[in-house]
Amino acid sequence: MSLDINSILNPVVRDIPPSGIRKFFDIAAEMDDAISLGVGEPDFVTPWHIRDEGIYSLEKGMTYYTSNAGLKELRAEICAYLNRRFSLSYDPLTQVLVTVGGSEAIDLCIRSIIQNGDEVIIPEPCFVCYKPITQLAGGVPVTIETKAENDFRLTADELRSAITPNTKLLILPFPNNPTGGIMSRSDLYELAEVLRGTDIIILADEIYAELTYGDEKHFSIAQIPEMYERTVLVSGFSKAYAMTGWRLGYACGHPALIKAMTKVHQFAIMSAPTTAQYAAIEALKNGDDDIEMMRAEYDMRRRVIVQGFNDMGLSCFEPKGAFYAFPCIKSTGLSSDEFCERCLCEKKVAVIPGNAFGSSGEGFIRCSYAYSIENINEALNRIEAFVKHR
Amino acid sequence: MAEIDNEKKDKVLELLHTDCRISLEQMSTMLAMPAEEVADIIDTLEKEGVILGYGARINRDKAYGSSTVTAYIELRVMPQRTRGFDRIAERIYQFPEVKAVNLMSGSYDFGITVEAKNIREISLFVSEHLAPMESVVGTATHFVLKRYKYDGLICCKPDKDEREVISL
Repeated sequence: MSLDINSILNPVVRDIPPSGIRKFFDIAAEMDDAISLGVGEPDFVTPWHIRDEGIYSLEKGMTYYTSNAGLKELRAEICAYLNRRFSLSYDPLTQVLVTVGGSEAIDLCIRSIIQNGDEVIIPEPCFVCYKPITQLAGGVPVTIETKAENDFRLTADELRSAITPNTKLLILPFPNNPTGGIMSRSDLYELAEVLRGTDIIILADEIYAELTYGDEKHFSIAQIPEMYERTVLVSGFSKAYAMTGWRLGYACGHPALIKAMTKVHQFAIMSAPTTAQYAAIEALKNGDDDIEMMRAEYDMRRRVIVQGFNDMGLSCFEPKGAFYAFPCIKSTGLSSDEFCERCLCEKKVAVIPGNAFGSSGEGFIRCSYAYSIENINEALNRIEAFVKHR
Repeated sequence: MAEIDNEKKDKVLELLHTDCRISLEQMSTMLAMPAEEVADIIDTLEKEGVILGYGARINRDKAYGSSTVTAYIELRVMPQRTRGFDRIAERIYQFPEVKAVNLMSGSYDFGITVEAKNIREISLFVSEHLAPMESVVGTATHFVLKRYKYDGLICCKPDKDEREVISL
């Protein structure tokens, strides 16, 4: 081997650290009888009527590309859905782009806006993709450490102090992975006060919008009239309809932004998978009950896991969204990494260290409750045994 | 005790139907209700006869050493004057081999599920007990060959977590 590939690689790519999420999975996968609270995807199978529509589209021979922006009928259904659930109005022809998962929409949005030196504000802990995508686009990630005492919400003061003349984009990932934190309507109005009069675009990653618990339904920052124009709303089918493997998401926003994102999309992807798009139409038309069934199930598990952690002395604030609990493990005197490593080696239960989602996640662990109650109970028993006999 | 709302009853029933061995404490946490309230609801449901009993759902095809034949019998009858179908149903469900009896709409009157050790026992039951009943006009017996799904549970369900490792 004479080629030194590493010296040829784009240094930005080369220097992206390996994912802290995968590390523990890889160890767990080698172990017999290891159990996990690690997986960040629904344990439900896509509801049958949705799968059936996908199959039917194949039977009918719908195996061509769709238009770059996605099937017109799907875009219309997305708009109808956003209007029905969140009172948002988008034009299906100019304001919607169907993407390969919400992830592609995030990538497109950042790449369409960010160039060398532009700053992107990223509240942490958060899903791991925003920072590397920003760096790949030549941008500068400016992270904000949200606080446990604020239930990991982004506050107006924190936002204000992170803004500079170079700020171009604010990532707003709520309901949040990994904390389960949400932003209420009044929280968002406070952020809007800070953003009004600036040119900052908001990337609202609302993939978990359907998974909120308690009395308050999800509220999108795009619902605030002055914020509508500057918000790129990113969502998808993975979490709400348990359709992760179909790889389908979407972005909605200002026609000029969607047009720019569609340009990038057409070169990289051309169009999102056709079968998935037909299935998604069915999901939006007849899937509201499925969402409610799964949400109710997650809600019960959520109560069990939060109660379980608090009972064993790992204080856990009440997560009001997504399907993660984010208990604090500082009382054990261990770092997040040590806790997860020893928990896995000694009790064979895999959880994810909070610092994998940003340094402010240190002292916490992410535990998914997208698992059966039996699995959750067994994991809680093992973690409790670990905490007690450490 | 005040009237319990149906939504709460439904939630309790759903949990018990999924796993009747679930603890009161666990139900209380899952439903965000005090354990005493859950206990009261269960008590009421038992007294009202909504909950008839608690038992395991057994996959007989897998049960070691057990051999059971199940048949579904369509029964056509002449309803009795003044007593309608109920009197006939009461006579039928007394037989221990009869596991379920339903009055049906459509081309026959009763749908009956019968379990026995072998086909011969079921044949005897039909020819000696069911068919000779004076109101019975005709029977059609269908034997169950394989059970795929039972009371909402898939019989040959793989319990492996198929989700792969992914950074998420």
